[in-house]
Amino acid sequence: MKTFDYVRPKTVAEAIAAASAPGAAYLAAGTNLVDLMKDAIVAPDRLVDLNHLSGLDRIEHLPDGGVRIGALVRNSDLAHDATFARRFPAVAEALLSGASAQLRNAATVGGNLLQRTRCAYFYDVASACNKRAPGSGCDARGGDTRLHAVLGWSESCIATHPSDFCVPLVAFDAVVEIEGAAGRREVSLDSFHRLPGKTPEHESILQPGDLIVAVRLPGAGAGFSGHARYLKVRDRTSFAFAIVSAAAALRIEGGAIVEARLALGGVALKPWRARSAEALLIGARPDAAGFRRAAEAALVEAKPSGDNAFKIELARRVLARALALAAAGTPDRMPALPASAFAPVEGAAVHA
Amino acid sequence: MNLSITLTVNGVAQMVELADPRVTLLDLLRERLDLTGTKKGCDRGQCGACTVHVDGRRINSCLALAVSLDGANVLTIEGLAKGDQLHPVQAAFIAHDGFQCGFCTPGQIMSAVGLIEEGQAGTDPERVREGMSGNLCRCGAYAGITEAVLEAGRRLEASERKDVA
Repeated sequence: MKTFDYVRPKTVAEAIAAASAPGAAYLAAGTNLVDLMKDAIVAPDRLVDLNHLSGLDRIEHLPDGGVRIGALVRNSDLAHDATFARRFPAVAEALLSGASAQLRNAATVGGNLLQRTRCAYFYDVASACNKRAPGSGCDARGGDTRLHAVLGWSESCIATHPSDFCVPLVAFDAVVEIEGAAGRREVSLDSFHRLPGKTPEHESILQPGDLIVAVRLPGAGAGFSGHARYLKVRDRTSFAFAIVSAAAALRIEGGAIVEARLALGGVALKPWRARSAEALLIGARPDAAGFRRAAEAALVEAKPSGDNAFKIELARRVLARALALAAAGTPDRMPALPASAFAPVEGAAVHA
Repeated sequence: MNLSITLTVNGVAQMVELADPRVTLLDLLRERLDLTGTKKGCDRGQCGACTVHVDGRRINSCLALAVSLDGANVLTIEGLAKGDQLHPVQAAFIAHDGFQCGFCTPGQIMSAVGLIEEGQAGTDPERVREGMSGNLCRCGAYAGITEAVLEAGRRLEASERKDVA
């Protein structure tokens, strides 16, 4: 690990000033950053430690049913906040399907948004990677592409965003609150992450020094709490990144869907909102045929980035099954295996 | 730059001078404080052998920079027993053959104590296995580990009930 200057700011303003210098990075839990630094995949000159700032670790439930989550709230604290889990059960389920209990006890909300891809070629410093070393090429092309993108990818980069948490967040119109040198601003999570294009090294709209201070979920999302699920297909039963995941939420009145929220994970370099599929479901009965049509609409622009065409059909099936799970109703208690495909659902195909 | 930090480790408050900001909590415990019960397996947060409690929560000490934990309260496997009296989770691991080679065991035990204190798994073996999925055991002692965690959980719950009564 390259050495670095360690800075411990006392205020957000001090933090922003310290992190505006070239080569500076923020440190929260470090569950991703320290791992990357050990292999010199990233090598900051300065770490600005956020752990001693006050006021960024609060969960504030808002009168409209929404919630404002401080950037330093730990994943497990959010998932186990009873009011939060009741209003946003699919978000809690996504959080608990990610990583391990030890990592969730440390990892923060802000850090989750900014975690780096788990593309093996990004991690392997002997491989060409336009994200790690701009202009060097992409050895993932023609390589092992099981975890790679089928939507929104470019010739420069076919990596995916690894977050589970971000998938239902984008479905529920989450807003990212950012503090920077020019003051405070807000941006929707959907426009926070950038698709790779020709500059995959630019992963978000953040400018040097910009600090995520909170993530806000509008109250409208809580209106789906009776029919909201997250489903994640992975190579192990637990403690593995998604090959494909989906968040699905419905509002059902008089036997018909009046509103739907859908997003996919593991398919693109950002959490992938499926608005055209949502629109197709409005007015439809919650049944398998309608869910399949919506799933086909969600993947209409998908194309394999390598030997991963299977992910397109897998994503259709995961989305349709997540919709069936949501239609069946949010379980009273968090499932023993959150977001697991190993739980049968009435009326859905056994094999996702 | 002054990189001295204060840490309470297994109940003892101490000042630690850090010559280098790169030191992880795991390396600090093993190399500086001679607490080698906490193991370094993958050093990447994937195996759980380095699990300790920081401010009452189980975490991977290999991914925590010591300098950022100024003021924290750390509990390691060495601080679990009361003298010769084993913690109920330690006793249950022996009773149920919850290990073979023993390398992952300190991490397994610290993780299990954390799991029981978190109170999310109860007596459901599926929830115990899920809650312990951050600890790998290459000997494959998982069946014994799950039984040990379940029994220790029941014992701790019973003794809590007795304390209340």
